[in-house]
Amino acid sequence: MIDGLFISAAHAAAAESGGHHGGGGFNPMHQFVIDRYVPIKLFGYDASFTNSSLWMVMATGLVTAFLILSMKNAGNVPNRVQSLSEITYEFVANMVRQNAGNGGMPYFPVIFTIFMFVLSMNLIGMIPIPGLGAFTVTSHIIVTFALAAFVWIGVTAIGIAKHGVRFFKLFVPSGVPLLLLPLITIIEIISYFTRPISLSVRLFANMMAGHTMLAVFGSFVVGLGILGGWVPLTFMILLMGLEILIAFLQAYVFAVLSCIYLSDALHAGSH
Amino acid sequence: MDPAAAKLIGAGLACSALIGAGVGIGSIFGNFLSGALRNPSAAPGQFPNLLLGFALAEATGLFGLVIALILLFVF
Repeated sequence: MIDGLFISAAHAAAAESGGHHGGGGFNPMHQFVIDRYVPIKLFGYDASFTNSSLWMVMATGLVTAFLILSMKNAGNVPNRVQSLSEITYEFVANMVRQNAGNGGMPYFPVIFTIFMFVLSMNLIGMIPIPGLGAFTVTSHIIVTFALAAFVWIGVTAIGIAKHGVRFFKLFVPSGVPLLLLPLITIIEIISYFTRPISLSVRLFANMMAGHTMLAVFGSFVVGLGILGGWVPLTFMILLMGLEILIAFLQAYVFAVLSCIYLSDALHAGSH
Repeated sequence: MDPAAAKLIGAGLACSALIGAGVGIGSIFGNFLSGALRNPSAAPGQFPNLLLGFALAEATGLFGLVIALILLFVF
């Protein structure tokens, strides 16, 4: 929904400024426009290969190449690239162990995949490529919502498969006074069903707000020219550092919350 | 009131969510610092929790920003 309106807002602004990008009619939302590279229609649905798809393929390819190439000449004493990929593995494995316990380790591959996918998409969105521009896939709510819905449905399915009806004890915490129990149960159910929304909006809002802010500051640099542009440029560099931190932190938060939801589902009976 | 003006006022009011985010982030870092100064050896172990709390508090403020954007562009 919000995707669509950004696109229409950005296209309207582009049309107002005579159709050409940038220049006089600057719009910080222009970076979120989706371009169809290869239009594909599938059963009446629009399944085109867009710039969003291209950046997703780039992120996936980059992570896969990094993990395969770094472990190609793996030895007992790790070289520099090998230890880098071992650090990422250990980082995520510790995260799963701490938040979901050893029972969560069978689901380590999916958490690792989600973490690396979100992290790489957040990070390569920071790098402008000539001819392609800079596009952050996670700044579109449909992408993050699909990821969050996948996590939420998967975790619920795991919980029901593992505990059966006892899974619904998750909504009825023990040790609560009987008078408060109906209220607490309603609150628990609402909070459970808003999980995919809060998980996706958190990532999307952070990425979108950060990139809009960068674009606005970038326009200050261009607008003040070679004489006055140095001041906002200094801020730009600091903001870039902050954005790289946020890019990492949001991938981490997404993965940690997935682990916590998984832990809830795995230990639903003992609440 | 003119609907366009009400829309802009509503979007501005939605940004007041950032008050809560500011208070939250400040309290997280302040409490971490006071705890870390009391027991510096335990501080590094709690650093991931600090970042987690920071990210969660910051995201709450950004929900307000999303509501402002919805008000501005959807209605």
